[in-house]
Amino acid sequence: MSQLNANEPVGPLENRWKKHVFDLALIAPQNRKKYKIIVIGTGLAGSSLCATLGQAGYKVSSFCFQDSARRAHSIAAQGGINASKNYQNDGDSVWRLFYDTIKGGDFRARESNVYRLAELSNRIIDQAVAQGVPFAREYSGYLANRSFGGTQVSRTFYAKGQTGQQLLLGAYSAMSRQVENGRVTHHARSEMLEIITINGKARGVVVRNLVTGELSTHTADCVVLCTGGYVNAYYLSTNAKGCNASATWRGFKQGAYFANPSFTQIHPTCIPPTLENQSKLTLMSESLRNDGRIWAPKQAKDCEKNPKDIKQEDRDYFLERLYPAFANLVPRDVASRAVKHICDEGRGVGIKIHGKRLGVYLDFSDVIKKIGLAQVEQKYGNLFEMYQRITDDNPYLTPMKIYPAPHYSMGGLWVDYNLMTTLDGLFAAGEANFSDHGANRLGASALMQGLADGYFILPQTIANYLARNTFDKIKPNHEKVEQALNAAKARIEQLMNAPKARHSPEYFHQKLGKILWESCGMSRQRTRLEQAIDEIEVLQLEFWQTIKVTGIDQDLNQTLERAGRVADFIELGALMCKDALNREESCGAHVRMEHLSSEGEAKRDDKNYSFVAAWAYQQQGAKLHEQYLHFEFIKPSVRNYK
Amino acid sequence: MIFTLHIWRQKNENTQGRFVLYEIDNINGDASFLEMLDQLNEHLITQGEDCIVFDYDCREGICGACSLVINGYPHGQKSATTTCQLYMREYKNQSELWIEPWRASSFPVIKDLTVDRSAFDRIIQSGGYISVHTGCAPEANNTLVEKYAADESFNAATCIGCGACVAVCPNASATLFVAAKITHLALLPQGQIESKNRAKKLILKMQSEGFGGCSNHRHCTRACPKDISLQNITRMNKILG
Ligand SMILES: Cc1cc2nc3c(=O)[nH]c(=O)nc-3n(C[C@H](O)[C@H](O)[C@H](O)COP(=O)(O)OP(=O)(O)OC[C@H]3O[C@@H](n4cnc5c(N)ncnc54)[C@H](O)[C@@H]3O)c2cc1C
Ligand code: SF4
Ligand code: FES
Repeated sequence: MSQLNANEPVGPLENRWKKHVFDLALIAPQNRKKYKIIVIGTGLAGSSLCATLGQAGYKVSSFCFQDSARRAHSIAAQGGINASKNYQNDGDSVWRLFYDTIKGGDFRARESNVYRLAELSNRIIDQAVAQGVPFAREYSGYLANRSFGGTQVSRTFYAKGQTGQQLLLGAYSAMSRQVENGRVTHHARSEMLEIITINGKARGVVVRNLVTGELSTHTADCVVLCTGGYVNAYYLSTNAKGCNASATWRGFKQGAYFANPSFTQIHPTCIPPTLENQSKLTLMSESLRNDGRIWAPKQAKDCEKNPKDIKQEDRDYFLERLYPAFANLVPRDVASRAVKHICDEGRGVGIKIHGKRLGVYLDFSDVIKKIGLAQVEQKYGNLFEMYQRITDDNPYLTPMKIYPAPHYSMGGLWVDYNLMTTLDGLFAAGEANFSDHGANRLGASALMQGLADGYFILPQTIANYLARNTFDKIKPNHEKVEQALNAAKARIEQLMNAPKARHSPEYFHQKLGKILWESCGMSRQRTRLEQAIDEIEVLQLEFWQTIKVTGIDQDLNQTLERAGRVADFIELGALMCKDALNREESCGAHVRMEHLSSEGEAKRDDKNYSFVAAWAYQQQGAKLHEQYLHFEFIKPSVRNYK
Repeated sequence: MIFTLHIWRQKNENTQGRFVLYEIDNINGDASFLEMLDQLNEHLITQGEDCIVFDYDCREGICGACSLVINGYPHGQKSATTTCQLYMREYKNQSELWIEPWRASSFPVIKDLTVDRSAFDRIIQSGGYISVHTGCAPEANNTLVEKYAADESFNAATCIGCGACVAVCPNASATLFVAAKITHLALLPQGQIESKNRAKKLILKMQSEGFGGCSNHRHCTRACPKDISLQNITRMNKILG
């Protein structure tokens, strides 16, 4: 397939999804139980999909690697979820949310998809409220909103700092209702290892029972991957420890294109690392930037001082200085780069790690003076508590320290307007697909996207796929089923029996993470990327020679699980660098150092790079397909936050 | 820092477990409790031994996966804290730590420090939801919710389903977990209609899953990492009438 067909509808933007839904084929209620759908992952995308498909009457088999569907990584999302309700009467609209998302993504997403997302956002809030999601309320009883991450309207719905938890519990409970009535069969502690492809269609999966180590095959009429993002490739990130790319990587190897793998987002407000062997980084919600002021000492000699002893005139409120219009609310990439720049200059604060202080201050003293401690506590209490617990510092008294960390992957499996990948019958939803955020994601829009995909889009487009195709029955010993099972077995065997077993999975993961953070983070450079690709190649060889997995495979073996995931991260890491190398422009969440304006700002190249980079797996190296983007409704403008 | 660890090792549900002694040194006070165990596991890999298995995912106190009994206390002695949020600076250098899995017959040990908590999922499946169809809900602001009710409902809804309340209870009762879910939904107008029926179903399921009843020991709320209050149990009893 050289020309990628996104199956986008045409005509006025406002009518596209409605018309598309009307044109999609339906399946009559009494026939739905004849179809079986496999859903991998039960985060917001997966559990909302299972709930909706189950209710429609399909037979659903779902899988997750955690011990319960409710523990999917979505549970950790803090800040909120966007919707264009315009409850605050501040000029918001579907169009404005659409516009902000396209612009925030730096003009690297498809207009039709993004408009649909903005349109569906309102129904998500309705759905969540009906399920009993306890969003924050005004005294009047109406829903409360806040402004979030650089938007100039208050369109974010939230449940303190636990919005992801509450939305996921809503979706999980709706899914549980379908488990109870027998339409959804859920398998926890189960990891998908291979996709079964028959006659060019995804027809099933190979799954490892993580308790017994037993491998089993499951067949169905189609397969949906809702397996989340891949920024754990960097080792240290804000994601849950188990987040991984293995499912999407299997899809890629079976023929699903991987789009924009280098598009990752680095979040500016994380708690800085304090140990060399730290296992993860913790995000402090972006909402903190609404009231906190970011600064660093003007002079390196002040960096060791107690922040209280640094006089006002010796503080550099660098975001306010550099970007007076948006100040502390500039988009994530702009803030992250500025913070990293300050620390690279030697003006960072906090403990030295590998010779550098990795942190700047996020200070609440002004807002505490202005609105009082009680108000601040009401707004941020649980976040402050979390910070104090981790750092042993009291943010009511001393400013917090923050540093950027990998947070979200905009890249993912390429999907068309129906959220189907280039492998027929394989769909991808939530963070696992690449669809709506272009080269950068706005705050509070990932939850929105996962739920739009699961509650509203896929239930329609999957029905269409099922109605328009015929499905032969698959024998359990079908050649392709056995092939996939044997592939999974062989890989486990290889992981368990490396010729010179010496190093743990962590060893390789940390090494990979370091390479990626230094070469494929927020600023990139040709020479460094080329070097990284070579280093990763060496690392991969070393991995298969020396990976050491203790214990046995017919057992609960977390070392084995980790080893398999790291093996895939290594391959994906190479593709991330390759994609970054290919994109000779500064765009969205990252800059290429070769492509900066004279003022040092990102320089996008619409003439040559206004495309989605979709990579096809080939044994001799991934092949690039460029899907050009056409902007009919919004004229690409240069982002300027000055 | 240096620690002497007694860690519960058990091959699977059907075999006997026992405490195994490990010495660990070179632990930084800023390391989390789980990072300390990671470090131990790295040593075990070097020595060619099977790693100690324990549940975790978010490591931020929100997913509810982590579940260790430390020196007799589920999630350790620190109040309102999950295991993953404990830091080694909270322990005295050279102290002895006893680390075990949750103990309750409804949570059988799977291996080492992991247990099977699927009974909690089955309790929710029995009715822990509002029976609304997906995809066609009415306009959100048509349902007003008093702020106090919304806040209290939220507080109950912050239960992470970790099971510490069960692990600490002499009766291995899941009453706090169940009451939190009942309260979360009953306080909202959307959830009120089904509330009595829902409460009955959840209690019944809790009993059939083998959890004990509540006899007011009140250990649960103290062990709870999310400060789920006993008031939820009072509310539940009122609903049940
Ligand atoms: C700390 C943090 C805070 C955030 N805050 C916000 C916010 O305020 N607002 C916002 O909009 N977004 C936020 N995000 C982003 C957002 O949470 C995620 O993008 C979103 O939740 C992803 O949902 P998902 O359904 O795609 O995947 P996930 O929730 O990651 O779920 C993935 C699922 O796939 C399963 N899985 C993966 N691989 C396999 C396999 N091989 N076999 C079986 N199962 C598998 C897992 O078990 C899991 O069930 C935040 C992210 C982080 C890290
Ligand atoms: S009530 Fe508390 S202790 Fe019990 S499961 Fe919920 S969060 Fe855990
Ligand atoms: S690991 Fe998620 S709560 Fe502890």
